[in-house]
Amino acid sequence: MDKEMEEIEKTFETKELTVSLGPQHPATHGVLRLVLDLDGETVVKCTPYVGYLHRGVEKLGENRTYFAALPLSDRLDYISSMNNNVGYVNAVEKLFGIEAPERARYIRTMVAEMGRISSHIIWLGTHVLDIGATTPFLHAMAQRERLLDLFEELCGARLTVSYPRVGGVRNDISQEFLDALYQFVLEFPSHMDDYETLVTENRIWKDRTVGIGVISAEEAINWGLTGGTLRGSGVDYDVRKYFPYDAYDKVDFEVPVGRNGDCYDRYLVRVGEMRQANRIMKQCIENLPAGPVMADAPKLTLPPKDLVLKDMEHLIHQFILITKGPTIPEGEVYVGTEVPKGELGFYFVSDGTGKPYRMRVRAPSFVHASVLPRLSEGGLIADVIANIGTIDIVLGECDR
Amino acid sequence: MEALQIAEKIKEKFPEETLDIREFRGQVSVTLKKGRILDICRYLHDDPDLFLDYLVDVCGCDYLGKKDVRFEVVYHLYSIRHRHAIRLKAEVPDSDPSIDSVMPVWVGANWHERECYDLFGIVFEGHPDLRRILLPEDWEGYPLRKDYPVKGPEKEWPGFLEVLDKAKRYREFEWHG
Repeated sequence: MDKEMEEIEKTFETKELTVSLGPQHPATHGVLRLVLDLDGETVVKCTPYVGYLHRGVEKLGENRTYFAALPLSDRLDYISSMNNNVGYVNAVEKLFGIEAPERARYIRTMVAEMGRISSHIIWLGTHVLDIGATTPFLHAMAQRERLLDLFEELCGARLTVSYPRVGGVRNDISQEFLDALYQFVLEFPSHMDDYETLVTENRIWKDRTVGIGVISAEEAINWGLTGGTLRGSGVDYDVRKYFPYDAYDKVDFEVPVGRNGDCYDRYLVRVGEMRQANRIMKQCIENLPAGPVMADAPKLTLPPKDLVLKDMEHLIHQFILITKGPTIPEGEVYVGTEVPKGELGFYFVSDGTGKPYRMRVRAPSFVHASVLPRLSEGGLIADVIANIGTIDIVLGECDR
Repeated sequence: MEALQIAEKIKEKFPEETLDIREFRGQVSVTLKKGRILDICRYLHDDPDLFLDYLVDVCGCDYLGKKDVRFEVVYHLYSIRHRHAIRLKAEVPDSDPSIDSVMPVWVGANWHERECYDLFGIVFEGHPDLRRILLPEDWEGYPLRKDYPVKGPEKEWPGFLEVLDKAKRYREFEWHG
């Protein structure tokens, strides 16, 4: 065999091949470009290029009031905008020193878990599709559609929701919405069973993912990985458990962890997370407390619209908050929240004016994209696709 | 360990380097000189009581006209084992915008530092691959600096003009099949 190879190498000229994967390749989940140096089918070097979607969110945020910068957070990870909003308002509330009322916290927990399922479902569909199975994608998108319809009923928008507000949520939820969501919650585990029947023990799926893209726990922490990508390696770091925000300390849920740190374990972790998210939603619906949905802090939160139209004082507050922004103390806070992709952190520096002096977005996809060379080098080119799917990146968040 | 205790430990170990310790909303930031940042980070990472193994974030901040030293590089550290966090801020002057890279301690600093270089122009010494990351290689200026206009530079980026020109030529192209 070796002799044959030698013969071939003598007869034909062999050399390393450089391939540009992306930016418009469907398996790169957005506009990610990878330059791969190939020796046959083996990847020798992998260089990611990002930045095609760079919109300067941090710079824009520095020139808007805290309320007006909220919609920018939708556009980070555009398939789970609800979670980004929740992360943003939690950070701003910490900076302002206010707390949302109990009911609003439960609602935010509930809608954040809806966002988590709708994001994981699209991850599941596309990841499996990349590797060659079309059916789960179609089943998954049907359920995502139901969640988007629920979002529409909740706030009128399907993708970029901007539903949570600094100090609470935009509007209270209706009984019809709760009933429809409860119906979804009851039915969803059986759909999960369907997906798992199609994928989990599938021979081809296991061949393509078991032992691919292995990263140990220490290394994963050193790289700064978070979310399902870290938990696949066996570290139970979940911001919802470590720094509970909203109502996560009042609901009962488990954090699934993997063992081997390969693509298959990360798949199992995320599938487990979807079931847990369903559990959290069920508990939130069942234990939803009554009460207001906005904090009582007139100088720091936007007043309700009906009062603005009737009442002089609220009108003045609204005018000042929209034009000048709130007056807050000088200081800086970093607040991380668990979004479907990992830990999304907002770091605000306040100089006492109504606009953030510095708004920094710590995007999980950015960190996860940086680990791609580590996962892919030395493997086959087909496994690069599996690795892109398994780290679950969205380029809108990566490039900001 | 409480964040203030960690800050005290840093001050005890590196009294020359620590400039200020400040607490706001329960979060503690330690302002440092930039000279021995790598030693401090290595100490924080390796000490078994501190064991800050997870580098959450590295970012820059421009205090043009607000503080004597213009730039700060901000490190957010967290210990997954001990569940405590601290924020380090290293002062970087405008005259010499450079600081040691912390990549020997945390590999994950790689892209964060590249981004900081890209948007603030702070050079990370010892970084193996310090290139622009979000902006094109031939971009002029550093957008997140406070003296950079929000609407962008006066002069259009040459790469964009090239694209416009190409699009124009394609429109004029006629297909004679």
